[in-house]
Amino acid sequence: MIEIRGLCKRFGAVTAIRDVTMRAADGCITGLLGPNGAGKSTTLRILYTVLRADEGDAQVDGVSVTQAPLEARRRIGVLPHGAGIYPHLSARENIVYFGALHGLARAECEERAAQLLEMLEMQDFAERPANGFSQGQRLKTALARALVHGPQNVILDEPTNGLDVMAVRNLRALLVRLRAHGHCVLFSSHVMQEVAALCDEVVVIAHGSVVASGTQDEIRARAGRSDLEEAFVRIIGSVEGLA
Amino acid sequence: MSAMRVALRPIWIVLCKELRESLRERRTLFSALLLGPVFVPALFAMMLNLMIRHGSSEADAPLEVAVSHGERAPNLVSQLAQYGISVLRVDYDDRAARAAVQSRRHRLVLLIPDVYARQFEAGAPAPLLLYADSSDGTDEQARARLRSVLTQYSSGLARLRLLARGIDPLVLSAVALQDVDVATPASRSVLALGMLSYLLLLTMFTGGLYLAIDATAGERERGSLEPLLTVPVPRAQLIYGKILAACAFMLLSLTLTVTAIAVVLSHVGLERFGMSANFGPATALAAIACCAPLAPLGAALMTIVAASTRTYREAQTYVGLMLFVPTLPLVFAGAVGLKPSTALMAVPFLSQHFLITSLLRAERIPAAQLVISVGTALALGAILIAIAGRLYRREALLG
Repeated sequence: MIEIRGLCKRFGAVTAIRDVTMRAADGCITGLLGPNGAGKSTTLRILYTVLRADEGDAQVDGVSVTQAPLEARRRIGVLPHGAGIYPHLSARENIVYFGALHGLARAECEERAAQLLEMLEMQDFAERPANGFSQGQRLKTALARALVHGPQNVILDEPTNGLDVMAVRNLRALLVRLRAHGHCVLFSSHVMQEVAALCDEVVVIAHGSVVASGTQDEIRARAGRSDLEEAFVRIIGSVEGLA
Repeated sequence: MSAMRVALRPIWIVLCKELRESLRERRTLFSALLLGPVFVPALFAMMLNLMIRHGSSEADAPLEVAVSHGERAPNLVSQLAQYGISVLRVDYDDRAARAAVQSRRHRLVLLIPDVYARQFEAGAPAPLLLYADSSDGTDEQARARLRSVLTQYSSGLARLRLLARGIDPLVLSAVALQDVDVATPASRSVLALGMLSYLLLLTMFTGGLYLAIDATAGERERGSLEPLLTVPVPRAQLIYGKILAACAFMLLSLTLTVTAIAVVLSHVGLERFGMSANFGPATALAAIACCAPLAPLGAALMTIVAASTRTYREAQTYVGLMLFVPTLPLVFAGAVGLKPSTALMAVPFLSQHFLITSLLRAERIPAAQLVISVGTALALGAILIAIAGRLYRREALLG
C-alpha cells in the first residue's frame, strides 16, 4: 500500500510537482496517467527514494520514504524509466546481483532467480550475456531484478515504452498476476489505452498536480463524458502530449 | 562484529560484481592487463637499449680524422694511429678545410701548416689547425678525444726537450689532478631508469581507468544506476565497492608491470655497461609496496572525476587528462632539482618517485620517510573516498 501526501519538488526555479496526494491500494493496479513532463517520473522517483521531496511525504506500508528510506526500499520493487541492465552479466547474474544487494542469502538468491526465470519464461536466455538481448528480453530481466526480493509494492515508470505487442501483453499478464497475489502495483504511462485496459484506479496528473483520481467510472462521471478519452482530454484541458 | 559484517557485505557484493564484469570487458582488460604490463616494459626496454647503444658506441667507435699535409709531421700522424684514430690523408688549404667541415664531408680536419716543421725544429710552439663545427653537439666527443691525444703528444715532446736540457720534467706538474668517480654501478643506472617511477604510476592508474569510468559514468549512461540506487544499501557503500574494484585492478596492473619490467631488465644486460639494474625480486616487491598505497587515492580521484561528468565520453576525456596529475610533482621536482627529504615525503607521487629512485640506487630508506610516504598517501586516499561517498549522495548524480 502506497500513500503520498502533499509532495512538492522544485528543480531550481522550476516546480516539477506541487501538492501531489494519492494512494495505491494492495490487490489493485493503479495507473498514473499524464502527458510528458507532467511530473509522473518525479513523483515516482521520490517514492522510490532516489529524489528527496522538498515538502510532503510518502509512506510505503506505513514506512516513510523520507524518514526511513532504506526500510521503504525493502518494500518496493522498482522498474525505473529506461532501466538498463549490466551487459556483461547474464540475465541470471543480473537478478542474483540485486537479490544479494537486497540482503538475500546466496541460496535464496539462486532460488528466487530460478523462480522468476521460470515465471517470466526466460530460461532460453538466462545464461547469455545481456548485451545481445532484445528489448523484450531486457525488460524481463529488469522486471525479474525488481521482483527478486518479493516486494509487496511494485512501481513501474513507463514500462511499455519501446516494447512490441507481445512484450506488452506479457507485461500486462504479469501485472494482473501480481494483483491477484494481493500486491500493490503502481505504474505510470502517457498512453491512455494502456491505462484504460489495465487499471482499477487512475490518477491523472498534469502540470505537476493531481487533477483527477478514482476508478474509470468515477472519472467518466466527473468529466461528464461517457468516453474515457474524452474525459481525459477534458480533465487535462488539452490533447497535448497524450497519446 | 556481525554489524560490521552486515555493513561490509554490500561493499563486497559490489566489488565482486564490478570485478566479474570488468574481467569480461575487453577494453578494461586490454588497458589493465595488456597495455600497461606489456607495452610499457617493451617501450622501456627499447629506450634503454637505444640509450646504452648510443652511449657505448661514442666511446669505442673508430674515430676518423682528415689530416691535410700529414707529410709535414710524420711522427704526429703515427702517434694518432697508435691511439686508434684512423687518418685520412687529404690535401686542403685553409679554405678547403673550412668548406669540408661545413659541408659535413668530414667531422674533423687537422691542418698542418708549412711553418710546422720549421717551428718544431727551432723548439718554438708549432701551430696545428683543428677544424670542427661546435654548433653540432655530436662532434663534441670526437673533438675532445682528438684534443686529448694531441695534448698528450705535445706534453710528451715537451718533457723530452726538458730532459735534453737537463731539467726534471716534473717541475711542469705543480699540481696533480685526479678524477675520482664515486658513481656505483647501481647509481649510474638510475639515470637510465629515471622514468621508471613515472611509468609505474602511469600504468597503475591506467589499470583502473576504465573500471572507474564504467562503474560510474558508464553505469549511469546504460540506465542501470537508477535501479541500483533503489536497493536498501546506503549509496556511499555502493561507491566504496566500486572504488575498491578499481583499486584491485590498479594493483593487478602494477604487479604485472613491475614483474614484466624485472624480466625485461634481466635481459637488457645493463651490467655490460657498468650499470647494475638492481631489480631483483626483492626490489620488485619493494617497488610494488611503494606504489600500492597510492591505489586508493588514484581510484577515488578517478571515480570522483568520472562520477561528476555527464557522459561516458566526457568522463573519458577528463579522466584521461587526469593521468597527467602524477607527472606534475615529478616535473616540478626535476626542474627545481629537489632532493628527498622527510617533509617532501608528504607529497604523493613525488614521494613514490623518491622511494623508487632510492630503491634503484640500493640506498637505505629512513623508516620515518617510508612511514610518512605511506601514511599521507593512505590518508589522502581515505579523504577522497569519503568525498566520493558524499558525491554519490547528491541527487544530480542521476544526470
